[in-house]
Parts: sequence; structure tokens; C-alpha cells
Amino acid sequence: MKRHLVKSLLAACIGLSIAQAALSVEPDSETTSPWLPLTQDDLHDPEGPGVLLLQNPAEALFQLPRDVVGNRVNWVRALDKGFIDPRINLYSNKKEKVLDLDVMRRKTGEMNMVRFPHRQHTEWLDCTNCHEWLFKSKAGATKFSMFDILKGEFCGRCHGAVAFPLTQCNRCHSVPRTAAMPAKAD
Amino acid sequence: MTYFYSHGRYNMFFGVILLALLTLLAPSLARAEYGDVVLNNRAEKNGMRPVIFPHWFHRIRFKCKVCHTEVGFEMRAGANDILMADIIDGKLCGKCHNNKIAWGPQNCHLCHSGLPGLKTGIRGGDSTGGPGKW
Repeated sequence: MKRHLVKSLLAACIGLSIAQAALSVEPDSETTSPWLPLTQDDLHDPEGPGVLLLQNPAEALFQLPRDVVGNRVNWVRALDKGFIDPRINLYSNKKEKVLDLDVMRRKTGEMNMVRFPHRQHTEWLDCTNCHEWLFKSKAGATKFSMFDILKGEFCGRCHGAVAFPLTQCNRCHSVPRTAAMPAKAD
Repeated sequence: MTYFYSHGRYNMFFGVILLALLTLLAPSLARAEYGDVVLNNRAEKNGMRPVIFPHWFHRIRFKCKVCHTEVGFEMRAGANDILMADIIDGKLCGKCHNNKIAWGPQNCHLCHSGLPGLKTGIRGGDSTGGPGKW
């Protein structure tokens, strides 16, 4: 009986991995749309009177630079290359303040160091979206860990929700540590 | 069938079929578009479908700062208390959804388009499965 149990378990594992492999196949980006229609997204009510009037993701997103995660759109590139031209205000005449300043976070354990580029962030966000309530302006003055980010705080306010997800480790942890840049509190 | 029983392969056969079926039937967690927000703190209690807010649609047309600074939405799904009365008064969603910039609040079903029973929060997969708050 015990042997049967082990066999079943083994078989179950094989079955599971086959089924998962079948499900996790990425659609061929050239031929298949990675975006589901709103009526199939498990959020919109296909019976509702409004859903057929709404724009489907594929209609808008297919022409934008592609990514492998999130909306399958590289939003920063879409903005940089002029694929999209989103408004910067509604009623105010507030000028856009883009800051081209990189901040390095060196204390990242065994991971590559993090280079935070202000430019890409300030092209979408206002300074006050992050400063001073979430991040202090002084580099290194805000203490947070990867665990806080995974909990949806600090960087995790956006990354993992609307900005590229936290599975993309190397997009933030992008700078290899060298002898000239030892790990230290910063 | 006797063959399966007598050779102990019935279990194996059964296990494969059952788990393959279970996996196929399990609801996919990533069907919504990344960044979709369900707003249902008030909608269903007031007899309306939940609201589905698509970040992807809005960020093509507006930068984050427009809604998260000028309009004043907090950057946490569910943290904003949104009343229809405020929208009709031209606040929050109503800063744009006023028949001038975008469709007006009389088009109930364009925003209130969600499946009944959805919980407020951010959707769309690509999460780490960690203890996120979204």
C-alpha cells in the first residue's frame, strides 16, 4: 500500500508538472495576443451593459514597445520614444520637473547594487509622490529592506502593482559591486 | 481495470488524471490586466456592480502625477473613499469624468462593470506571491 502511495505521489508530481508546463507556455508574441479581451478577464461582467463599449487592452497596447512582464508594455520606452504622449496636468499650469540624478544604494547584501534613476521616475511622477513622506530627499536617510518592498511599501507601492513587478530583480539590482564600491551603509 | 488494480498502476493513473484536471480547473490568477484596480468598498452595498479601474488605459493618456497629485488619489488600492456625490461635484474621478475630458457620471455601467462579489484591491498577476498589501 505504501508503495502505491509513493507511486501515486510521484505520478501526481509528473502530472502536475506536465499540466503546469502546458499552462505556462508564453503565447508567441508574433502571432498571439498576450492580452485577454475584457469579457474574459475574470473582472468585468460579460453580462454587464457597459463592457462591450470599453476599449480592450490589445487594441491600445499592441502598438507599444513590448515587455515580458506586467502589461507586456515597456512603459518607460513608450514614453521616451514618443509612442504615447500622456497629459501632465488637467487644470493647473504646473511645469514638469524632470530630475536627471541617479542614486546608488550600496547596502544590498549579496545582490548587485541598486541604481535608482530619477529621470524615468520624474517623467511619470511628481516629486511629492515620493518625497518627503515616503522617501527622504537625503540619499540613504530612508531605511527600508526588500521585505518592506515585498509587503507593498516604499518601492513596492508601485513596483509589483503598476510598475514592473518584483520578479524583475536585475532591473533595480543592476550595478555589480566592485572593489572601488564596497558595501557600506548609505 | 483488474490490470490496474493488480499491478498497482491504478493509483498512478488516477493521480495523473486527478491532478491534471485540478490544475486545469484551478482559476488562473493572472487573467486581469496588470494594475487593474477593483473598487468595491461601496459599490455593491449600494446596488451597483464593482468599478474596474484600468491603469493601462489611463496611463496612455495621463501621467501618474495627474491623478496622484493634482486629483489627489492616494497610491494604495482601497485607501481612497470615493463617493458618487463627490464625483458628480467634480472631485476625484469627476475631475475628468465630467463630459468634458472623459465620459460623465451618467454612464454608470462603463465604470461599474465588474463581476459581483469582487473584493477591492489591485489585480493582474506578476506578483511575487509575497505578503503584499495591494
